[in-house]
Amino acid sequence: MTTQEKLVGYRRDADSHPPLDSPGYGSTALRHPTQPLTLLPHRLTEITGPLLGPGRVGALDHDLTRQHAGEPIGQRIVVYGRVLDGDGRPIPDSLVEIWQANAGGRYRHTGDRWPSPLDPNFDGVGRTLTDADGRYEFVTIKPGAYPWRNHDNAWRPAHIHFSLFGRSFTQRLVTQMYFPDDPLFGQDPIFNSVPEHARSRLISRFDLDRTQPEWALAFEFDIVLRGRDATPLEQSHG
Amino acid sequence: MAELATTPSQTVGPYLHIGLTWDDGPYVAPDGTPGAVWLRGQVFDGAGEVITDALVETWQADPDGRFDHPDDPRRSSGWRGFGRSDTRDGGYAIHTVLPGALPGQAPHIDVSVFARGLLHRVVTRVYFPEHTYVDDPVLASVPSERRDTLIATRTDDGYRFDVRIQGERETVFFDV
Repeated sequence: MTTQEKLVGYRRDADSHPPLDSPGYGSTALRHPTQPLTLLPHRLTEITGPLLGPGRVGALDHDLTRQHAGEPIGQRIVVYGRVLDGDGRPIPDSLVEIWQANAGGRYRHTGDRWPSPLDPNFDGVGRTLTDADGRYEFVTIKPGAYPWRNHDNAWRPAHIHFSLFGRSFTQRLVTQMYFPDDPLFGQDPIFNSVPEHARSRLISRFDLDRTQPEWALAFEFDIVLRGRDATPLEQSHG
Repeated sequence: MAELATTPSQTVGPYLHIGLTWDDGPYVAPDGTPGAVWLRGQVFDGAGEVITDALVETWQADPDGRFDHPDDPRRSSGWRGFGRSDTRDGGYAIHTVLPGALPGQAPHIDVSVFARGLLHRVVTRVYFPEHTYVDDPVLASVPSERRDTLIATRTDDGYRFDVRIQGERETVFFDV
């Protein structure tokens, strides 16, 4: 059987992303490919992707302050935004996963040896699905900064890890959201690995209008996944 | 419509396990599925050391070569097609069934690897030794001396597919 499918691929966006070889971030040294990448034209496997539904998300998964008997210590914040594609179209019903350190900069992870206390009321893990307009919202506490050993007196700026699926394998993205005006940006090689013109896209915006009076501050973080090519690629299959 | 610039990628860091692992993550096919196999492998760095803080994600068609997705004109129903496994025990393991061939392509699984030290995922493909590749356009685009880095090997309970991020026999990675 011969079929003729019109596949609409996704625009390439290499200029938005950090180079895999980023010498300031020591762990990249032995973990970046040295051979050039092979161009993969988008076919069915790349333009499809997992559609992970409501079964993945529990009722309180979006509220990291209500997952234990007591409340976590720290500054309560609402983190909200939209997941859009590169053409400004909302991406609905799409899984968003987050994880983060507690208010003292400590992760609930056996590998984290930073001597700041764990918070018995905070796991630092959240999940939600975007709504029909691509909106998501988490309630959490503001994560702390923490030291790491990349260079002398290295500190990670406060950040929340985000994992997005979008609608296709091609749109898969894992990133980190930062907070405005962090004085630690200048010395952080992970943040600065991103091309300078694109760094501001990783910084959330303080939003007074969305604060909850006498309860929580609010930060807006829109996430843009790749947009589609303007014209379908004709691919002949025999 | 105005074009929006993509949000940049960042590393998953060393603590990805708390956020990105699921109990059923490795099970593309549930336990007891007839014909299911284990796809296992290790991820190596440029010094040949095993990377134990990586996450491997897989995306594949069902045995008829279909996806449960609106962009697949032959859409299947209820096929998850997605697996994820971390490497804290020294390797990853995905329980699945072999994908079918797609129009014009040999059966394959798309793979993303995330890890501390990877500022962006790297993407590769798994092919299977039972199939012939003469007509597969992706394999044909890879230099012949590197093609075997994309082909799994048979094991007692399925297949093995190692990923070498850097160095000798470096895996072919794709610009998607």
